Amino acid sequence: MSATDTIQKGEEREPAFGFWRRSYAMLVKEFIQLRRDRVSFAMIIMLPVMQLTLFGYAINTTPRNLPTAVLTQEDTDLGRSILKAMENTAYFHFVREVHTVEEFDELLQSGKVLFGVEIPRGFERAVRRGDRPALLVAADATDPTAAGSALGTLGPLVQSALAHDLHIGDPPDMPFEIRAHARYNPAADSRLNIVPGLVGTILTMTMLIFTALSVTREIERGTMESLLSMPIKPVEVMFGKIIPYVLVGFIQATLIIAIGILLFGVPVLGSLTLLALLTTLFITTNLSIGYTFSTIVQNQLQAMQLSMMFFLPSILLSGFMFPFAGMPVWAQYIGEGLPLTHFVRIVRAIMLKGAGMPNLQYDTIALAALMLFAMTVAVTRFRRTLD
Amino acid sequence: MNGGPTNARSNASSIAIDVKGLTKSFNGREVVHDLSMQVKRGSIYGFLGPNGSGKTTTIRILCGLLTPDSGEGTCLGYDIRRDADKIKRKVGYMTQRFSLYQDLSVRENLEFVARLYGMPDARGAAADMIARIGLKGREEQLAANLSGGWKQRLALGACTLPNPQLLLLDEPTAGVDPKARRDFWNEIHALAAEGLTVLVSTHYMDEAERCHEIAYIAYGHLLAHGTVDEVIAASALSTLTVTGEDFNGLIAELTGKPGVDMVAPFGTSLHVSGRDKAALEAAIAPYRNNSKWHWQPSEPSLEDVFIDLMGRSKDNFQG
Repeated sequence: MSATDTIQKGEEREPAFGFWRRSYAMLVKEFIQLRRDRVSFAMIIMLPVMQLTLFGYAINTTPRNLPTAVLTQEDTDLGRSILKAMENTAYFHFVREVHTVEEFDELLQSGKVLFGVEIPRGFERAVRRGDRPALLVAADATDPTAAGSALGTLGPLVQSALAHDLHIGDPPDMPFEIRAHARYNPAADSRLNIVPGLVGTILTMTMLIFTALSVTREIERGTMESLLSMPIKPVEVMFGKIIPYVLVGFIQATLIIAIGILLFGVPVLGSLTLLALLTTLFITTNLSIGYTFSTIVQNQLQAMQLSMMFFLPSILLSGFMFPFAGMPVWAQYIGEGLPLTHFVRIVRAIMLKGAGMPNLQYDTIALAALMLFAMTVAVTRFRRTLD
Repeated sequence: MNGGPTNARSNASSIAIDVKGLTKSFNGREVVHDLSMQVKRGSIYGFLGPNGSGKTTTIRILCGLLTPDSGEGTCLGYDIRRDADKIKRKVGYMTQRFSLYQDLSVRENLEFVARLYGMPDARGAAADMIARIGLKGREEQLAANLSGGWKQRLALGACTLPNPQLLLLDEPTAGVDPKARRDFWNEIHALAAEGLTVLVSTHYMDEAERCHEIAYIAYGHLLAHGTVDEVIAASALSTLTVTGEDFNGLIAELTGKPGVDMVAPFGTSLHVSGRDKAALEAAIAPYRNNSKWHWQPSEPSLEDVFIDLMGRSKDNFQG
């Protein structure tokens, strides 16, 4: 009886000991493998440091110096003082002065400016007559965050600045009224802004991963050796790997936009054909970038890490989550290099503002340029031998 | 055994592979050293050598997968440095490790290859090949689920599909059962009879003897080449076969004795070989009259020759 007891005890104790020993063996092996993969090791350090410093300095939820256009129909001291007062709030930065309503609308619709101030003809005379004329401030409210805080300053801040400048008395006695007009999204419904942006974000994530693994997978599975011994050129490999996913991406985009329209009531004011066309361009751009990653990295882990490293700034610096105009200039330059930045502008402009091709030329060209750049890098990077 | 065309050197077009002075290093380690070889069209050329001797590297250089550090030559008349694309159209390369798509079926793999080479009727070509390699009834099976022998047939089928003029087979029969191995070699001979040139690397001596010509490579150096008989004759190795019982003591005593270069047991017999016949005779003299053993002069086997070459090359190149 006691003999069996000890045997049983021995058997019970043994696995507990073995558990740690075996776990330890596994742990040692994993550390060795991790150390061998220098690139992954570097990314473990780089990823958090880079992303944190990048986003910590770049993101600003109460943006200032927002690009603003002025439509001046008369040039008077009073007008200039009002503009000066607005600029002094640090929220508005006058970048363009236009003279026709069409130009004014085009700037807002293409997203080149977020605000437009209109000083109507006969404004100063009306003020002097005591007619309380209206000063129109139009805001692109597709992104309520960006427009909101600046619009909020208009009343009190501008009025007190004017009172000081012009000695025309206290705010209640304002000789004119400021009429703010939140265009495109007058109810400041953030869903209207988020859903179109999400189309781009979701597509970026899925498309990158599809192709980021494509070349590394061939290498890791050993099929690359066969493939390279056959008469196929790098460009042909690339097109063959990208095109099927363009279709996949297109189906995905259709699904997201359909849900946006049906469930969230997001309008499509512009042309659906144009939206489909530019979405396809955006999908192809992302697939090309993912494919480029797969020609650079050595294994699938690195491919995933690199995709992540690209995906995070795409979300944070593209204007999808935080106002693009609120970022420091250097961060805006990084943003211009991300396809999502351009697509967020395109998709918001088409869906919410009813913009057409003439408004979107710059962003379309930028997307195409990024795509061609990625493809060129991929084709040059693709190794045709096993050297 | 020797069925290849003769007098090839005078006629360039009858030579499929003609390379000189190929050298290739990886990370400072020379894997192929000053290798020159000629393979006649329509012949089966065996490429032998121990693991890591540079066989795979040489084959990869020949089909354009690796660029040699130095050396030059032609493959099917195309320059191996400049015309890699043209060579790839005419060469079928069967990799050592199965490198077709595991997640595609037999038919899909073959159709992929046929389309890649721009064959006019990819479906038809794939179907014909399935019949030829005897995989009918398995065409919809995923490559991953095939046994070793079937995988090897599929791989051979895939690399002969685009009607190449030259086949490069890198240890095609490793891990395949004897029956499948024999079928495979029958197929190789059938292909060679149709005019295809075949360069095949192997570890198996019986396979070496099925080749028209062989080359032996060790530590990146080509040590011997020619027909099997020529290689054996060139070795100048003297061999005695010992039959009898209880070799254990004898093996220990003969090994390392001056004059005895190699002692190898073969089941119930023992091969004792030496490069210097007189020294060998002197070394075995003390055991010759022992009634336990019967000594008989014999031809060295190809394996004896290769093991001897390997031992010698080790002395020469590995210090």
